[in-house]
Amino acid sequence: MQSADVIVVGGGIFGSAVGYGLRREGLNVVILDEGDNVLRASRGNFGLVWTQSKGVGVHRYHEWSCESAALYPDFAAELLEYSDIDVAYRGGGGVELLLGDDELEARKQFISNMQKQAAGSIFDCEIIDRQELQKFAPDLTLGEELVGASFSPHDGDVNPLLLLRALHTAFDRRGGRYLTNRRVDSIDHRGSDFTVHTAQGDFTAAKVVLAAGHGAPRLGPMVGLNVPIRPQRGQVLITERARPLFPFAMGSIRQTNEGTVQLGNSKEEVGYDDGTSLDVTRKIATRAVRCFPQLAGVRLVRTWGCIRILTPDMAAIYDESATCPGAYVVTSHSGVTLAAINAAHVARWIAHGEMQPGFEQFSAQRFDVQAAA
Amino acid sequence: MSTEPDLIIIGAGPAGQAAAVEAASHGLSVLVLDEQSQPGGQIYRNIARNAANESKLRDILGRDYMRGAALAREFEKADIDYRAGASVWQVDPNCAVSFTHNGTASQVTGRRLLIATGAQERPVAIPGWTLPGVMGAGAAQVLLKSSGVVPMGRIVVVGSGPLLLLVTQQLVDAGADVVAMLETTRTADYLAAAGTLPGALRAPEYLRKGMAMRRRVKAAGVPIHSGVRGLAVLGSETAKGVRFGHGGAMQEVEADTVLLHEGVVPNVQITRQLWCDHEWVEPQRYWRPVLDEYYNTSIAGIAVAGDSAGIYGAEYAAVAGRIAALDAACSLQKISAADRDREAAPLLKQRAKYQAIRPLLDSLFRPNPEILTPADDDTIVCRCEEVSAGAIREGVRLGATGPNQLKSYMRCGMGPCQGRFCGLTVAEIIAAERGESVRDVGYYRIRPPIKPVTLGELAAFDD
Amino acid sequence: MYKRLPEGDDLSVTFDFEGESVSARPGDTVAAAILVSDAGHTRTTPVTGAPRLPYCMMGVCFDCLMEIDGVPNQQACLVEVRDGMRVKRQVGARGVDE
Repeated sequence: MQSADVIVVGGGIFGSAVGYGLRREGLNVVILDEGDNVLRASRGNFGLVWTQSKGVGVHRYHEWSCESAALYPDFAAELLEYSDIDVAYRGGGGVELLLGDDELEARKQFISNMQKQAAGSIFDCEIIDRQELQKFAPDLTLGEELVGASFSPHDGDVNPLLLLRALHTAFDRRGGRYLTNRRVDSIDHRGSDFTVHTAQGDFTAAKVVLAAGHGAPRLGPMVGLNVPIRPQRGQVLITERARPLFPFAMGSIRQTNEGTVQLGNSKEEVGYDDGTSLDVTRKIATRAVRCFPQLAGVRLVRTWGCIRILTPDMAAIYDESATCPGAYVVTSHSGVTLAAINAAHVARWIAHGEMQPGFEQFSAQRFDVQAAA
Repeated sequence: MSTEPDLIIIGAGPAGQAAAVEAASHGLSVLVLDEQSQPGGQIYRNIARNAANESKLRDILGRDYMRGAALAREFEKADIDYRAGASVWQVDPNCAVSFTHNGTASQVTGRRLLIATGAQERPVAIPGWTLPGVMGAGAAQVLLKSSGVVPMGRIVVVGSGPLLLLVTQQLVDAGADVVAMLETTRTADYLAAAGTLPGALRAPEYLRKGMAMRRRVKAAGVPIHSGVRGLAVLGSETAKGVRFGHGGAMQEVEADTVLLHEGVVPNVQITRQLWCDHEWVEPQRYWRPVLDEYYNTSIAGIAVAGDSAGIYGAEYAAVAGRIAALDAACSLQKISAADRDREAAPLLKQRAKYQAIRPLLDSLFRPNPEILTPADDDTIVCRCEEVSAGAIREGVRLGATGPNQLKSYMRCGMGPCQGRFCGLTVAEIIAAERGESVRDVGYYRIRPPIKPVTLGELAAFDD
Repeated sequence: MYKRLPEGDDLSVTFDFEGESVSARPGDTVAAAILVSDAGHTRTTPVTGAPRLPYCMMGVCFDCLMEIDGVPNQQACLVEVRDGMRVKRQVGARGVDE
């Protein structure tokens, strides 16, 4: 039996960021992770630090995303210091491309709705036209159908694989224990302690944090937590390395710091099937070439399916168990965007009970209310 | 594409050609897609042109190579839809094959699919193996077969396996200056081989040939050092020589060209992309698809024949192709099960003969552990993304338990070759570091496209 | 450094490699023809800029990537020589031009 102050179940970007933050608060932290071939949203995601589409219906979540984005420059610098890994954070704003007038009108409507919802609080997304879009990359040829884009100054991107490696490295160097091949079978709560059972041994701690992605709904009920999430597949395409072409962050076409171009924006309800399908990858390729015709000659080297973790209202769930105090669940589709705030405010909430204003809105109890109504 | 062929065959090496000829003879409509410009695969590469010309090259390449000419003629005569230069980049479990041909991507769905994509040389990750001047011994043989080209200047051949011996002999016969042959095979392997002598007795011709090749190399004055260790290619911008340990001391030999070879391994890219079941073959340390006696994979309608099903060589591959084709004809009700069994019977006998030699070869040419898991942390393992053995070990220390987490940590296997030249080495290093079997460590999850396809081709793709 | 055996004497194809005229045998791959022409290297890697020459000659390793007739990152070992072809080294990551 190994003991710790906190056991974090799940070593993806969400669990690693929270675990890193808890270790930074001086706690003795163990992160338990699974093996090589499990569903891992953190290995397949897009790498956006993104706010402009977040928080429909839950404005506190929009603010929360913007607050995390604001923490990112310092967070990236800190990770560099403790891991020697530059996660290639790029701020300065990001655009969502708009092809044709229908997309433009829909986006205008969305922005208008969000502004109403914000009611004076933060929402800084605006429409820019072709000429303004061209200013981001004067040499880039824009597709004829591109009518413009929506722009948010809070948005940016990061290399998500380097982010995960940096979190694991920094956590390790600061004295955390990251243990793989430890699938959690069950969790007991006795007295003030939790015991987490794995086939490779048991772990005990006063606090346990479920950051297990799609594994959380199985584990939650063991400690009195409801985790209403569902899978949604996104297919992602990635190209060979190219010289810098897109020197700014975009929502569905993103050039990584290595030079590869990542494409994707599909949404499919296919359960946990993380495969790909030609009809979808072709659509994604077609849209990319319509946006930027010069991409036509660039070679695709890999595609994959990634299973998003969606809550009913798309906002994050941060909750502590009412029946088993000391058990927490933290989950969201937006692990990359929220990594900075997870390592900061969320870790302090779990470590010391400090709650940011309006934080209680992220409790999963909001769904009980909706279900009752 | 409107017509749906009965059988799609990927690859026009001995297995693919033989299967195509056999299937066509039983009335199946056959489509053969091959990446090369001429049929023959790597083993019979450029066979039609070389067979047509009386030349010294024919003598150098030898009788075993020229045997491919008969099959090539049969293939040419048979009623087969053959597309040279077709690059297959995705295969779906319903036998839908997506490929690019003459710059256009398209898809064709067969009633059955036979994968006959052959083998590739095992990666030989030693220090300096990425330097200009270093190439596979098999690659040098391809140059000889396809263009009558041999390395100029001093050549050092390094490694193990029947092909290394053959290529060395051919280079010597071609008048190339082979200054040393460094065998990584260890004396212990020869002793272990004695244990499987019955198999050897069934294939005396094979052993005699091997001894004869070695004698010719020696007679030409090429020094042979057996059981070398601590190999490294010397040089900074290009290869300048090879350092190796032999006996008690380290030695250096100068070279302009270094040819590496540690045997060949099945090309499993398509079966991996399809998520077929695979098994680890311990003596030869490679993965192969799990197959039934007629070479059917775990996915209905999809079979694999030839070296992509496990390394048994060209003649076996042709036999396997015919057996697989008979089963395809049977399953499409072109012939009865009784006909299939009757026609397959002599082929199955031949198969048994080729299989008998394998335990001996496995013992003789066991890949050297030093090459499977490079000790020097600076050695490049992933040639595309330039990931070193040290980085792989760092990833394991960080917590990676398999190649997929390592890939996401370090980018190994993310380049255009899609892990073909690092997958085995990465898994071997993980297994060694964790004290596990490669069988348990696993392999990369291979995703489409298995060959690069442009976004424009995909966008214009017509399925 | 590579040479042709005497029977490879039908050098009737001529193409351009980095401004130099190269003769090749019909049916040669670009990779083979360039190796004989003693090019030094055929690409530099996009990661560290290291020089490379073809390694596998059978379409597997992608170390023979070259720019052929203006199209970057072609596997030179899979492309046959043609008269008038323009071949260049692939220097690092490809560009994305029109």
